[in-house]
Amino acid sequence: MLEMDSNYFDTFLQEPPRTKMLDRLWAFQKSKGYISDADVTTLAKKYDISEVEVEGVISFYHFFHRKPAGKYTIYLNKSMTSQIRGFSRILEAFKRETNAEVGSIDPTGTFGLFLTPCIGLSDQEPSALINFYPFTNLNSLKIREIITKLKKGVPVQDIYDKPKDNIQYTPEGKESIFFSDFKPGTAVAKLASLEPKGVIEALKQTNLAGRGGAFYPTWMKWQAAMDEKNTPKIVVCNADEGEPGTFKDRVLMNKVPETVIEGMIICAYTIGASFGLIYLRAEYTWLKHRLEEVLNKYREKGLLGKNCGEITGFDFDIRIQMGAGSYVCGEETALLESAEGKRGEPRTRWYYPVQRGYLQLPTVVNNVETFSVVTKVLDFGVDEILTYGVPKSPGTKIISASGDCNKPGIYEIEWGTTLKEMLELCGAKDPWFIDESGPSGTVLSMDDEDRPIAMFAELSSEQHIRCGGALTIFNKSRDIIDILLNYADFYKQESCGICTPCRAGNFIIERKLERIRGGLANKEDIDELKQWSVLMRTTSRCGLGKTATNSLLNALDKFEDYFNERIHVSEKTKNLKFDLEEATREYEHFKN
Amino acid sequence: MGKHVNITIDGRSILAEEGRNLVEVARENGFFIPTLCYFDHIDPPLGTCRTCTCRINGKPGPACTEKVREGMMVEVNDSELSDIRKALVEMMFAEGNHFCPSCEKSGNCDLQHMGYELGIAISRFPHLFKDRLIDYNAKRMVLEHNRCIKCMRCVVDVVTDDGKRVFSYQNRGNETYVGIDYEQEAKLSRAQAVEAMNLCPTGAIMVRGESMGQPFGERKFDRNSIRPDYYDKQFKAKKRKGKLTKKTIATASLAGCFGCHMSMLDIDTDLLDLVELVSFDKSPITDIKNFSKQCDLGIIEGGCCNEENVETLRAFREKCDILVSVGECAIWGGLPAMRNTMSLGECLEEAFLNCVTNEEGNTVIPYDENLPKLLDKVYSCREIVKIDYFVPGCPPDAQHIWKAVRNLLWDENYSILYSEFKYD
Ligand SMILES: Cc1cc2nc3c(=O)[nH]c(=O)nc-3n(C[C@H](O)[C@H](O)[C@H](O)COP(=O)(O)O)c2cc1C
Ligand code: SF4
Ligand code: SF4
Ligand code: SF4
Repeated sequence: MLEMDSNYFDTFLQEPPRTKMLDRLWAFQKSKGYISDADVTTLAKKYDISEVEVEGVISFYHFFHRKPAGKYTIYLNKSMTSQIRGFSRILEAFKRETNAEVGSIDPTGTFGLFLTPCIGLSDQEPSALINFYPFTNLNSLKIREIITKLKKGVPVQDIYDKPKDNIQYTPEGKESIFFSDFKPGTAVAKLASLEPKGVIEALKQTNLAGRGGAFYPTWMKWQAAMDEKNTPKIVVCNADEGEPGTFKDRVLMNKVPETVIEGMIICAYTIGASFGLIYLRAEYTWLKHRLEEVLNKYREKGLLGKNCGEITGFDFDIRIQMGAGSYVCGEETALLESAEGKRGEPRTRWYYPVQRGYLQLPTVVNNVETFSVVTKVLDFGVDEILTYGVPKSPGTKIISASGDCNKPGIYEIEWGTTLKEMLELCGAKDPWFIDESGPSGTVLSMDDEDRPIAMFAELSSEQHIRCGGALTIFNKSRDIIDILLNYADFYKQESCGICTPCRAGNFIIERKLERIRGGLANKEDIDELKQWSVLMRTTSRCGLGKTATNSLLNALDKFEDYFNERIHVSEKTKNLKFDLEEATREYEHFKN
Repeated sequence: MGKHVNITIDGRSILAEEGRNLVEVARENGFFIPTLCYFDHIDPPLGTCRTCTCRINGKPGPACTEKVREGMMVEVNDSELSDIRKALVEMMFAEGNHFCPSCEKSGNCDLQHMGYELGIAISRFPHLFKDRLIDYNAKRMVLEHNRCIKCMRCVVDVVTDDGKRVFSYQNRGNETYVGIDYEQEAKLSRAQAVEAMNLCPTGAIMVRGESMGQPFGERKFDRNSIRPDYYDKQFKAKKRKGKLTKKTIATASLAGCFGCHMSMLDIDTDLLDLVELVSFDKSPITDIKNFSKQCDLGIIEGGCCNEENVETLRAFREKCDILVSVGECAIWGGLPAMRNTMSLGECLEEAFLNCVTNEEGNTVIPYDENLPKLLDKVYSCREIVKIDYFVPGCPPDAQHIWKAVRNLLWDENYSILYSEFKYD
C-alpha cells in the first residue's frame, strides 16, 4: 500500500512545527489518559513558546485533560435529543456501574465520566463515546453489560456499536444524487476537458451554495481563491459537524467518503491548490480510519500525490487534522487557528480565508456535503442535476431528522419539499416545536408546515426554509424552557470567550431563562430577553454569538402563549415576585 | 502617502487615506467612538470588546476592524448605536466584579472612564458574580481576574525579550480567563512590567509597589472628560409649574454603610433651605421608625442582605410614590455583594468559625429567632421591588443627590458637572 509521502507536504508547504501541537497533545492524552506537567514543559520547549500558551491550548479543548481521566473515558451526550431519550436514567446507570461522579474518575481510576454536547448520533440516542468508540441506543441493562465487560478486560474496540447510517429516504423513482454508486476517479477524469473555468461554470449553473449552513455560493468562493496570486493554496474540508442534531456529514463520510475526497481534488484543481486538509471532529475519531483507507486508495490509483489523475503538474495531497472537542472550531477561521495548533478563536474579518487562510495562505473552506455535491455535479452532469428540485434550488439536500419521530435518520429530499412532507416522511409524532438547523437555526411551528425547504425563494413572497441539515422535532410533552436552557448552557460553554457579547451574553441569557423557569419573570424580563438577544446578534464577533439566540428569539415570537402563561403579571403594588423562603433556605441550615 | 478616498461619517464628507483604520480616521475628524481593546500598533486589530460598534454601509459592525475605502458610509451617533455601545460596556460591569472604590486603577482606568463618558448610571444586566481568584504568584505582578475584560491586549503585546508570551487565555466560554506565565513574567524588567500594567485598560494587571504611585485626584481621567455636563436621561428636564410646595421624604439604609446618608448631609448650608421645603417621615435622619403617612419620595441606600431589608423595602414601595435607589449598594449590591461570589455557608464559616482572630473552641454561627434571617446573597433593590430612579456613586455627591431630588419633586432643571458626577 502506498502510504502518504511525508515529504510531499514538506516539498509544497513547510508547515511550522507548531501545526503538530494538537496531534502531540492527543498522543500524550492517549498514552496516559491525561497531559502531565512534564508534557507541557516538553511542548513549550519544542515549539519555543511559553508554558502558559501550551496550557491555553489544552484548556480550550474539552477532550484534553490535565488530570487523569480514567483508563476508560466515557463521554455521555447531553444534547436535547439525548435528554428526551432518557439522558438522566442513563447518567444514573453510568454513575452506578462505574462508581464515578460526573467530571471525575472512580476511586480506582478505571473509569472517567464526562458530559459532552452532541456527538453526531442523534438518530441513535442515548449514546456515548468510550475512549472515542461509539455506543448507541443505550439503556441501563446495556450499560451494565458494557461496564462489566470492560472491567473484565474486554477491549473497547471489540464491543462498540458501529453506528448505522439510517438512510431512510432518497428521491422516489430517481437515482440518489449522494448515495448512488460512484467509481473513484470518474469525476476527476472530466477535469482535463473541463478546465477550471468549466468547473466554476458547472457550479454556477447548478446554483451550488455552501452546505455548512451559510449558503455562500461555492463558485464565488472558488473564483476568488483562483484569482489569488499567492501560492501555495490550500483546500480545507470542514468535517467538524458540531451543530447539535446534525449528522449528515457523518453518514456521507461513512457511506460515500470517495465523493468528499474527490470534491476536494476538484477544488484543488480549480483554484490551483497543492495541499488539502480534512478537519475532523474528535467525536468522529471512529471515522478517521475509514477516511485514511480511502485516501490511501486514492494515492494508489494516482488520484492524489504528484500529477493527480494523470494531469501533468497537478500535485495535491490531503492530511487529516483531528479536533479535540470544541463547537466553535466548525467556524472556518477558528478551524484554521485550531489546525495551526492554537486555541480555536475565530479571526476578525480583516482578511477572508481565500485571501489569508491556513498559515496566511489562500484557502478555500467547504463543508463535507458541499464537496460531495461538487463531485456529483461533475459525475451526473449539470443537466441531470437540474432535473431535481425546483428551478432556483436545483438538486437534493440531506436532512438529519431526529427527536420525536418514528424514523430518525438521513433524508435526501429534493429542494422544494415542504416541511409537512418532510415531517410525514420521518413519521413525526405530534410535532410542536421544531428546530431547523439546530439551536443556531430557526424554530418552526405547525404554522410553517407549508413552507418549502429551499436554498433560494422561487418568488420574493415565498417564505422558504433554508435548512442547513438538521430537523429536530419536539412534541407537546417537551417543555420549551428546558430546550432553551439546554441551548443556553451549550453556548455558554462553547463560546470561545474572547468577545464580550457572546461570552457574557450567553451567561446572562441563561440567568434570565432560569428566572422564567423559577416563575419569577414578568413581562419586562421577556422584553429584555428580546433586546439582549438582538444585541448579541448585532455585536458578536463571529457566527456563534450572532446566531446563539436565534432559537430563543423565534421561540419568544412563535410561542408567545407559552411564555405568557409562565410570566408573572405585575400587580399594582410594584412589588416584584421574590421567593423569600428560597432565599433564606440556606441560612436555615444554621438553626441548631 | 497612499491614495485618498471619500467617505462619510454621520453625513459629513471626509477625505482619508485608503486602507487606514476607521477608528483612527473618525477620531482625527472629531468623532468620538469608544474603544477598549483597540491599540493602534496591533495588526490585525483585536476586535474583542465590540464597544466601537457603528453602522458601516448600513450594517452594524465594529469600526476597529474596518479599513477605509471609497464611498464608505459610516453612522456613529444615532440613538440605537449609542445604546448598543453603552450596553456593551454595561455588560462588562455586570460580568466582572468591579468595586471601584477599592481599586488601585481608579481614575486611570479606561473601563471606568468609558462608564462615565457613556453616562452609565446602572447596568441593565444582572450582575453575574462569578467567583474569580486573584493570582499573587508572579514575582512582580498581581493578576486581578475580577477586573479583566478579556480585551487580549496583554496576550498579544506583552512578550519577553526572547519572544515568549507572558499572558495567554485559558479555558473557554464563560470560564475564560487570562493566565500568566510566572517564569516568563520573572524575565520582564521592572519597566516592562509597568508597561504591561499601563497597557491594561482595567485594573487587572497590577505591579507590586507601582500601582498606587499616582495620587487620586491627579490621575489621567480625574479631570478629563469630553462631556460638558452629565445630563442624565432618567431625569428629564421639565418646566416647573407654579410655586414650590412642601413634600415628604422617607429614607432608609438597608445593607449599606450609611455613607450615602452622610453624603446627603454634605450639602452644608443648603440643608437649611431644604428643611423649609421637605419634611422627613420614616428616616434615620429623624429617627422616625414608622411611616406616619404616604410620602412623595423614598430614598433607599443599600441592597437587601436579610429578610428585614426585604420587608422594609417593600414597605417603602407601598408608602412612597417615587422610589429612588441611591448609591452602588442599592443599585446592584455594591460592597456587601462581594460575598455573592461564594455561598452563604462558606462566607459564615469563614467569618465565624475559621477566622484567625476567633477564639478557638468558642465559635458559633449566630442564629436566633430575633435575628433577621440572612439571604443566600445580597440582592439589589430592583430585584425585589420596582425602582423608579437610580443615583449612582459610592457615595454619590451631595449635589448630585439633591439635584435629582429637586428634579423629581419640583421639576427643576437637571444638570450636573463632571466633578459632581465622578465619585472615585
Ligand atoms: C459557530 C459555527 C460553527 C460552524 N460549524 C460548522 C461545521 O461544523 N461544519 C461546517 O461545514 N460549517 C460550519 N460552520 C460554517 C463555516 O464557518 C463555513 O461557513 C463553512 O464551513 C463553509 O463551507 P460551505 O460554504 O461549504 O458551507 C460553522 C459556523 C459557525 C459560526
Ligand atoms: S461570538 Fe463567541 S465564539 Fe465568536 S468570537 Fe465572540 S466569543 Fe468567540
Ligand atoms: S478595573 Fe476599573 S472599572 Fe474595574 S474596579 Fe477598577 S477602576 Fe473600577
Ligand atoms: S488583563 Fe488587562 S490587558 Fe489583559 S485581557 Fe485582561 S483587561 Fe485586557
